[in-house]
Amino acid sequence: MYDIKALYEAKSVEDAVRLRVEHKDAEILAGGSDVLVQIREGRRAGKELISIYALDEIRGVTLADNGDIYIGSLTSFSHITKDPIIQKYINVLGEAVDMVGGPQIRNIGTIGGNTCNGVTSADSASTLFAWDALVELTGQSGKRVIPISDFYIKAGTVDIKEDEIQTHIIIPKKNYDGYVGHYIKYAMRNAMDIATTGCSVNVKLSADKKTFEDVRIAYGVAGPIPMRAKSAEAFIKGKAVTSDNIEEFSKTVLNDVTPRDSWRASKAFRQHLATELAKRAITKCVELAGGELDG
Amino acid sequence: MAEYKLVKFTLNGKQVETMVDVRASLTDMLRNDYRMTSVKKGCEVGECGACNVLIDGECFNSCIYLAIWADGKNIRTVEGLLSEDGELSDIQQAFIDESAVQCGFCTPGFIMTAVEILESGRDYSDEELRKLLSGHLCRCTGYENIFRAVRKTLDKRLGKTV
Ligand code: FES
Ligand code: FES
Repeated sequence: MYDIKALYEAKSVEDAVRLRVEHKDAEILAGGSDVLVQIREGRRAGKELISIYALDEIRGVTLADNGDIYIGSLTSFSHITKDPIIQKYINVLGEAVDMVGGPQIRNIGTIGGNTCNGVTSADSASTLFAWDALVELTGQSGKRVIPISDFYIKAGTVDIKEDEIQTHIIIPKKNYDGYVGHYIKYAMRNAMDIATTGCSVNVKLSADKKTFEDVRIAYGVAGPIPMRAKSAEAFIKGKAVTSDNIEEFSKTVLNDVTPRDSWRASKAFRQHLATELAKRAITKCVELAGGELDG
Repeated sequence: MAEYKLVKFTLNGKQVETMVDVRASLTDMLRNDYRMTSVKKGCEVGECGACNVLIDGECFNSCIYLAIWADGKNIRTVEGLLSEDGELSDIQQAFIDESAVQCGFCTPGFIMTAVEILESGRDYSDEELRKLLSGHLCRCTGYENIFRAVRKTLDKRLGKTV
């Protein structure tokens, strides 16, 4: 038996919004792989909960007419990985969430829950930052769409208003069209572990594949919230596809990332990881895009 | 104050319904209301897989799943694998043959994951298979025998010669 004060079950998104307004102190329960565990640990014991898990209307992946990809917030990690739309256009997201926990966790864990926790180590987060994903929130006055970088406020805090629930994550077509992506998770174990550092890179090469037309690089666990390495991105944009430029790019990320010491890893080690993962991920992207280094 | 809710679901092929405390986990309900004691309480925080069951064909740790979410679902446990004449299924027999069972606490969870793998109808590399089995802890066997039991059953079902 869980130590829950009261449980309200939402029947629809509208109903969830109503429950949010009625029960100001209640917390949202999606798949529960974090919330229910924290109740057991006592950290969240005795709370009121609003369960939105049954809302099939915000489950699944769809391609809008304009090519934007809509991921319902309750879509499980395993369904994202297996989804044909994800596999075709943004396969790296499927690969990234395939590294969360173990198989059973990937069946219950949802992309919405993963982002709403606001934790920097979430495997989905850095990849969503790299794609410049948008977050759709639904409240009393309708829908609100904000960039994922604005959604994360600080460690453990995200921008959800008192009457809102997160309903979709959107990857606009312009952000993925012509891009390839690669994610590397560095953790101590292969399964059931939290990333020491996660690095996600998107690359768009010029038509002749000799120039970096655009590069986006994002990290989880390099700072209190997931982040982009903007100065490294600015450095590499428009540069030739060479190993020297990649080397320089991977050093430049240290202008952006601010890892801290923790029991999982020291600051110096995390800085080394940030550089090394940047180099490996962008090199892989060049390969995926059909480019050649120093060719 | 306890609050109850009616849940109707399919358990090992049979339609069932019960009034359940909204604070109950699926493990609580399966063990207490239905005596499905193959569903073990190990860590109860989603780490060990001892409580694993199949819900609509996918594996879930029932300790971090609310009982009320079972409404309308098709749930299967090891008890449902036994054939009518009491014979074990191939995967259960393989666990015995390969000495994949010692204390047995992890076994039902592992077997239900194996059932999901076997029913997918496709082949997996050893590496893929290890990843698919990685959501379970076993403190006794060292995993190799468990891996072999699943590998052999999969190969047999796919008609590969072992
Ligand atoms: S008892 Fe459920 S995962 Fe350990
Ligand atoms: S047989 Fe004892 S835990 Fe696996």
